[in-house]
Amino acid sequence: MGMTMTQKILAAHAGLETVTAGQLIEADLDLVLGNDITSPVAIHEMEKMKADGVFHRDKIALVLDHFVPNKDIKSAQHCKCVREFACKHEITNYFDVGEMGIEHALLPEKGLTVAGDVIIGADSHTCTYGALGAFSTGVGSTDMAAGMATGKAWFKVPSAIRFHLTGKPAKWVSGKDVILHIIGMIGVDGALYKSMEFTGDGIRYLTMDDRFTIANMAIEAGGKNGIFPVDDVAKAYMQEHSKRAYTVYEADDDAEYEETYTIDLSALKPTVAFPHLPENTKTIDQVGDIEIDQVVIGSCTNGRLEDLKIAASVLQGKKVKKGVRVIVIPATQQIYLDAMEAGYIRTFIEAGAIVSTPTCGPCLGGYMGILAENERCVSTTNRNFVGRMGHVDSEIYLASPAVAAASAVTGRISSPDEI
Amino acid sequence: MKAACGIVFKYGDNVDTDVIIPARYLNSSEPKELAAHCMEDIDREFVDKVREGDIIVADKNFGCGSSREHAPIAIKAAGVSCVIAETFARIFYRNAINIGLPIIECPEASKGIEAGDEVEVDFDTGVITNKTKGTTFQGQAFPSFMQKIIDCEGLVNYINRK
Repeated sequence: MGMTMTQKILAAHAGLETVTAGQLIEADLDLVLGNDITSPVAIHEMEKMKADGVFHRDKIALVLDHFVPNKDIKSAQHCKCVREFACKHEITNYFDVGEMGIEHALLPEKGLTVAGDVIIGADSHTCTYGALGAFSTGVGSTDMAAGMATGKAWFKVPSAIRFHLTGKPAKWVSGKDVILHIIGMIGVDGALYKSMEFTGDGIRYLTMDDRFTIANMAIEAGGKNGIFPVDDVAKAYMQEHSKRAYTVYEADDDAEYEETYTIDLSALKPTVAFPHLPENTKTIDQVGDIEIDQVVIGSCTNGRLEDLKIAASVLQGKKVKKGVRVIVIPATQQIYLDAMEAGYIRTFIEAGAIVSTPTCGPCLGGYMGILAENERCVSTTNRNFVGRMGHVDSEIYLASPAVAAASAVTGRISSPDEI
Repeated sequence: MKAACGIVFKYGDNVDTDVIIPARYLNSSEPKELAAHCMEDIDREFVDKVREGDIIVADKNFGCGSSREHAPIAIKAAGVSCVIAETFARIFYRNAINIGLPIIECPEASKGIEAGDEVEVDFDTGVITNKTKGTTFQGQAFPSFMQKIIDCEGLVNYINRK
């Protein structure tokens, strides 16, 4: 029996000819990632482990992105703990304020993630790098600690679901709409423990940023990872950003998929996930009249240059509706700079939005845009769970940058066609 | 035989890690501090009512969302001896084992147990007994390496003792 793309990568990293779904393996890791929330716990565990040191100083990435610049004394203590660890172990890829960005936008941009890699990260959205044809998955702090010490992790080889994408998406349909459509179709546990393998001619119409968004939210369907074939678009991205050699793995023709869904991208519409689960999706023509208090455009899901470009194209020459707070967060320093040079930052500020330095802040209800009781936010982030962005009685509507920007102008959830 | 016995707190589908321990408390990684806010966004009474040894029973996809290990840490530090669910989200499952919080998948038990029932779980056999209703369910027993990790109260101690 053939192997899926994910299975081939895992087999190669476990030193095995073949693997099958359900098999327990130990794989060599190309990169171990942690942030300012998960790394302190991992560092503490590693100290208890009596490990001699880290397995490879170049293959660990520590990114302070959730609560920086430090929001309070406790987060400052956490960051200090990570900083001291990075210094002590001479971690090459340590990113503090000034260099940091939101981890899942930053690492591909810095060329640290390439096709064929096996990557674990103590952050659930580590699955993002599947967009480049890597196997990458989220783990907890203890797995991160063991990974930093040994360079290995155990996995149960996942079975797979195939999403065969055809057709060309319409003007306002982005990667966000594709993945919200999929989560709406299969549910928040629809891919539990499984790999989500994307195939089909429709992929050529998806930009790299679209694919990062889609792979990023595989975890929102319960997936272990999401993965795309390595085409010319992915190769061009890696050649531009990375000095590392990449390895292209392709699924066998007779690879086994538990299910195959064929999705005609040309039939999709802008899609919004209603509170309090990403699976509660409606297309934009069905949302009705939902007034909003806040808009967030950013995050590891949608804080990349193309996201800002689309938002700026909608907000160009427009004003944010009185009474709506709009927070734009470029995901990395480079994206911030590129957005500035392209004029997007000016567009946002003139429209009445604020622009922040990179941070995960509001996405997880940390800081920089917490919601009060009964407030509603349209957000380009990835989760709309109860209390995720603040008060337990607040509401989050997940949408694309285009819909978020349009909603900022009208003060209610809106299609960009209305603007 | 290693077993858990306690009173049940019952929850539904898709209990996410944001409600198990909201991110506004993640500026701490101190177990007792996390436990003080465990489950507060879906059950304000949990922290006051939970007693050492109590058991959480839930439906599908328990622990979905963020990879924060703070979630099973908070549950364990609150005194919970076992979580039973129809299914678990995969990162939570891994994290719970790694920190030594016993968890068991058993769809029948999740349907046949109500809040307030007294339940006993035998980790060697996977047998779950609802002592209040006099019913038993067969959950999946841990493979021996996972049981050893739990016996050692987590992966780190397990590695150290190997």
